[in-house]
Amino acid sequence: MKKNNLLKRLLSFTRPYLGYLFLSLFFASISVSLTLYAPVLTGRAIDHVVGKGQVDFNALKVILLQLALIVAATSFSQWLMGLFTNKVTYFSVRDIRTKAFERLQRVPLRFIDSNARGDILSRVVVDAEQVADGLLMGFTQLFSGIVTILGTIGFMLVINVKITLLVVFVTPLSLFVADFIAKRTFNLFKIQSETRGEMTALIEETVGHMKVVKAFGYERESYEKFEEINQRLEICGIKALFFSSITNPCTRFVNGVVYTLVGIVGAFSVVNGFLTVGQLSCFLSYANQYTKPFNEISGVIAELQSALASAKRLFEVIDAQPETPDPSDSVVLTRTDGSVELSHVSFSYVPEIKLIEDLNLSVKAGQKIAIVGKTGCGKTTLINLLMRFYDIDKGKIIVSGYDVRNLTRNSLRASFGMVLQDTWLKAGTIRDNIAYGKPDASEYEIVSAAISAHADGFIRRMPEGYDTYLTEDGANLSQGQKQLLCIARAMLSLPSMLILDEATSSIDTRTEIHVQKAFDEMMRGRTSFVVAHRLSTIRQADLILVMENGRIIEQGKHEELLLRKGFYAQLYNSQFDV
Amino acid sequence: MFKLVRFLKGYKKECIIGPLFKFLEACFELVVPLVMAGIIDIGIKHKDTGYICKMGALMVFLGLLGLICSLTAQYFAAKASMGFGTALRRALFRHVSNLSYSELDEIGTPSLITRLTGDINQAQSGVNLILRLFLRSPFIVVGAIVMAFFVDVKLALIFLLATPAIGAVIYFVMSGSIPYYKRIQAFLDKVSLLTRENLAGVRVIRAFSKQEKEIESFQNTCDDLKNEQIIVGRITTLLNPLTYVVVNAAVIAIIWGGGFQVNIGDLKQGEVIALVNYMSQILLALVALANLIVVFTKASACAVRINEVFEIFPSVSEKDSPCSAVSGSERVSFNDVCFAYKGAKEEVLSNISFSVPAGSTIGVIGGTGSGKTTLMNLLARFYDATKGEVLIDGVNVKNLSFAYLRKKIGIVPQKAVLFKGSIRDNMRWGKKEASDEEIEQALKIAQCWDFVFSKPEGLDAKVDQGGKNLSGGQRQRLTIARALVGRPEILILDDSASALDFATDARLRRALEKETQGMTVFLISQRVSTLRNTDFIVVLDDGKVVGIGRHEDLFENCPVYREICLSQMEEKEAKQ
Repeated sequence: MKKNNLLKRLLSFTRPYLGYLFLSLFFASISVSLTLYAPVLTGRAIDHVVGKGQVDFNALKVILLQLALIVAATSFSQWLMGLFTNKVTYFSVRDIRTKAFERLQRVPLRFIDSNARGDILSRVVVDAEQVADGLLMGFTQLFSGIVTILGTIGFMLVINVKITLLVVFVTPLSLFVADFIAKRTFNLFKIQSETRGEMTALIEETVGHMKVVKAFGYERESYEKFEEINQRLEICGIKALFFSSITNPCTRFVNGVVYTLVGIVGAFSVVNGFLTVGQLSCFLSYANQYTKPFNEISGVIAELQSALASAKRLFEVIDAQPETPDPSDSVVLTRTDGSVELSHVSFSYVPEIKLIEDLNLSVKAGQKIAIVGKTGCGKTTLINLLMRFYDIDKGKIIVSGYDVRNLTRNSLRASFGMVLQDTWLKAGTIRDNIAYGKPDASEYEIVSAAISAHADGFIRRMPEGYDTYLTEDGANLSQGQKQLLCIARAMLSLPSMLILDEATSSIDTRTEIHVQKAFDEMMRGRTSFVVAHRLSTIRQADLILVMENGRIIEQGKHEELLLRKGFYAQLYNSQFDV
Repeated sequence: MFKLVRFLKGYKKECIIGPLFKFLEACFELVVPLVMAGIIDIGIKHKDTGYICKMGALMVFLGLLGLICSLTAQYFAAKASMGFGTALRRALFRHVSNLSYSELDEIGTPSLITRLTGDINQAQSGVNLILRLFLRSPFIVVGAIVMAFFVDVKLALIFLLATPAIGAVIYFVMSGSIPYYKRIQAFLDKVSLLTRENLAGVRVIRAFSKQEKEIESFQNTCDDLKNEQIIVGRITTLLNPLTYVVVNAAVIAIIWGGGFQVNIGDLKQGEVIALVNYMSQILLALVALANLIVVFTKASACAVRINEVFEIFPSVSEKDSPCSAVSGSERVSFNDVCFAYKGAKEEVLSNISFSVPAGSTIGVIGGTGSGKTTLMNLLARFYDATKGEVLIDGVNVKNLSFAYLRKKIGIVPQKAVLFKGSIRDNMRWGKKEASDEEIEQALKIAQCWDFVFSKPEGLDAKVDQGGKNLSGGQRQRLTIARALVGRPEILILDDSASALDFATDARLRRALEKETQGMTVFLISQRVSTLRNTDFIVVLDDGKVVGIGRHEDLFENCPVYREICLSQMEEKEAKQ
């Protein structure tokens, strides 16, 4: 995205707050014009203070009173301007952030699976903050800067045209200087921002898995990796920081030159009688005020540079291609008969590496389908496809007689209950977690679900029972306990089909027996897909699919498959063969 | 913040030169109004054009000197602050690397990550601003007051009144807003928690179609954040208007008072202008100072969070003079070992005692939360036993060096974690200088050979962050291979086959048995079939040893074990 478009995009987020924006600009104009008027009064006052015995106190009193009034009005409108600017900024950043987050909920899983989480995180959190700072600083300052410049020119023209022209033509020099520097710093900021992202990703990985690092005594090596990025960050940081911070002194110097020129030319004019001393003093403070916005603008530009670099990264998330929307005529799957059919399904994560090809499967309502096979054979992928986390490349998946592409994703997913190997819990109470899929569940339902999942026992032993607060990702629970909670969560919102992906891998078998019973109970009359390594749990399956390299190589019931003495039989017997 | 000053140690020169040059710049700036007053009172009054030009040239020269000083100062400030950030980040990273499991549990890795990234960046910009601008403002304020006294003592008293008044305004605005910044930080933390959580749980969220709900709760948090920001904004936006009022009141007083002084001939017109100029310089300097204080406050809050980490010391530390092993004793013994997690009331392990001869294979079985993993964590000394002792080759693990322990013990943790890099890089975690042959052999034992070498890049195949481009089973086998590369004398497999199918698991076990001759192997599992052929099995239940022995004996005599067996197989299978 071009820089200008980026800015336009950024400003488009302020559209809902145009009212505040205008108020903020309105008060900015008032405070700026009053601020500009003050030096005129000061100058006039000084003209009444000429020298020994030449002071007109009566005139002075009137002017100073006027000045006091102007000052009061100025500060009041300054305050209002600040309030409205804050409103615009913070509302807009909230919107940008929410928009990014919203998009994350709508992008295909491919986007999330293929980007480093730390990087996405830093875009939503750090970059958004940067945009807030840049916007807050940039927004009204840019505007009041411009008004100041225009206003000053106007006031100066009234007093003296020659000196005004001098000021107007020399000062833009500082803009050139600022622009020259800003152009060069944009890239430096970008590099810095990228290196920071790299750093965040590394820290996420290393510190996130510090226990593993320690288990292998790998502290030194990971430190070396860290240090390499750290040093690069230092170098590009110094450059970015230095070059952005020279803007101010450089423009200040240009301003100093302007000030001097005004002083000299003004002094000559006074000597020649074209100007009073008070007017010269007024001009001098204008020269200051006129150049100040240039200074500020350059400061704002530096801040905007970094805000823009951040905005760019943020917009990359916001502009990520969302899942193809559900077509408008898509059906909301309310009642499922439980039948699932896959015909000629092909799918691969990367086009070059084929995974599932021409897969056919017909599941009748209420059947229990077990999927077995070596790791990496496509079992998990199959689940990704059933849930429409990924869309198939070729073929059709039909659920309850509907092509899944004609169903709303939400209703399709809601018709499956899912327990994954990768246990995930929210930060929140145990109760909230169990009721995640059904927030209005009664206490009775929650406890029953926990009992069925054999989680009630350990929950009650926790210090605050169901109100125990789980930290992020249930870090205060064991893997097995987390899995029991995930099961309870699925138990509560009884859907018509079930997906269990190695759902019980970390639960001990004594507990699993009970959970399994509960599952069997729950699965009665429901279509279920079970990926399990413990063959004992799938013996009663109606259909066992044996997968290899994305294809179903054998299917049938347990006994049939054993008789066939094929891959399944080999797999089954291997568990006794040590 | 001041506690972190030590990270500027290598930058003494920069820290002096930076502010010094800022000071010089301020001096040059302060002379300008006097020069201008000269132009008005001497040049204009006596119509001396030569004097006017001379003074003009002087002003440009002063500006040029100021520019050079300022650039120098900015450079050194950038260098020192970036150096500070780099050194701080390095030290914190090292410190975190030295923490033991107990402290990692306590602070939590997400919080550590924010402190290492966002907080350090903030502290770094804080330092940069202090070096660049914090000192400049006081220079200007004090300098302007001194200059005012130089011009006219009576009018300078106005300066003595106005400056503290501005200071008071700044103080009240600041102290009123600081508490809000802490709350804003808390909301920001929540924003980042929610984002992280939603990235990790994306599948579950979509399965339950909770996207809208999640968006809503994120929106609410952002809303809360915004509200706090607006409230604090109400206070901080008072700053500029109030100071503007004070300064202009002072200007009015200067002109009025100046009028009297000029009238009696104690002061000249140009000098009144100079005084007004000094007043506005003071205002500019103080406002800059105030804005900096905001940044500085944020930086201090971050510094506090960073310091909290520095103040935590590893509870497990290396002895000054670690000894090496004594031969002739049992390879591993647990003597009456108890353990409770920090802050927990109940023990996770109580009175564990058993010994393991070198070269044997030991199974550890028990339900979820029975303490299996904790037991192994004590052996590897990730935690220290609260009571009793853990011995390797007759030496308490507390007396062994970490390097020795890590080399001696190979661990395959429950959660299969791989790191970004090539497969070779990951394998070298087990042994830094491992050759390709060693790696290949380990991969073969761990049953990774087929899938690693079906990849065109072989050992150079890329592993994404967290090993996301591999399946759970592949990751698990790779972590086994990683532990085998170093050929450790003690190997701990913590439920490492949970994601493997039985066929792979069986092949893996056969290969391990063949290839780990002489290795002492701890097999932690919930599968009886995995453990039944080990030399002996330790049965844990609720942190206590409820049985030790061979499969057959335990099946007959240990009710817990028997129950576990029967939950997994038919009685006749168990007896086979």
